[in-house]
Amino acid sequence: MPIVKSERWPVRSGEDIVRVRQIVRRWAVELGFGLVDQTKIVTAASEIARNTVDYGGGGEVLVESLSANARRGLRLVFEDKGPGIQNIDEALKDGFTSGSGLGLGLGGARRLASEFSVESRPGEGTRVSLTRWK
Amino acid sequence: MERIPILKMGEFLLVTIQVDMHDRLALTLQDDLTEMIVKNRAHGVLIDISALEVVDSFIGRMLGNIASMSRVLDAATVVVGMQPAVAITLVELGLSLPGVRTALNVEKGMELLRVSLAAPNGHADRQK
Repeated sequence: MPIVKSERWPVRSGEDIVRVRQIVRRWAVELGFGLVDQTKIVTAASEIARNTVDYGGGGEVLVESLSANARRGLRLVFEDKGPGIQNIDEALKDGFTSGSGLGLGLGGARRLASEFSVESRPGEGTRVSLTRWK
Repeated sequence: MERIPILKMGEFLLVTIQVDMHDRLALTLQDDLTEMIVKNRAHGVLIDISALEVVDSFIGRMLGNIASMSRVLDAATVVVGMQPAVAITLVELGLSLPGVRTALNVEKGMELLRVSLAAPNGHADRQK
């Protein structure tokens, strides 16, 4: 799948989460996403970025704009080297939380994305990839 | 330290959130608001989120917390001005803001607070 453009940003603090929201918004606007689609991908990004900071001990996000058969999309790949997720199926359920959150992060973000995947190894880290097509 | 201003309007407090809040700022607002409710003996809080382009689960939880804390302090909270795209996204995310009263704009929110204050035996609808 052709990647038109990509950038890497740190996701280590509350300020970084805000910056990720702004970057994702800017890219979604550039790709011509409508307001609802913009809001969905920005909100999903915010949820996963917070997981990266709170549970993953910080990491990075790779932002990519995609083009496939005249379709355009935005892919976000969040990576951390934190403790990882023991049971991904459990973690995707609404209400699951190992912290103080509402437990909507992963499952909620999955509903807001067109494509979604989580890879994680306990002790090695977590990689969450989400794509929204226009 | 960066703070979100809280305005006193008669017996109500008005908060207009105009910046993309980082998590700590949201927590500070929660603390400041509860303090202001007590200090001003406010009976109602209006939170205008019309400038917010994103409400994620953290901010949603903060709005719910503020509504609960105010209720315990004998004040009603109304969240006003949510953008349609934000509402659609919130529900898909799985958050329907239970316990948070909403109105379309500040004017309608004010009306709602006045009605609830004028209700018989104080504010019966807040006792639930």
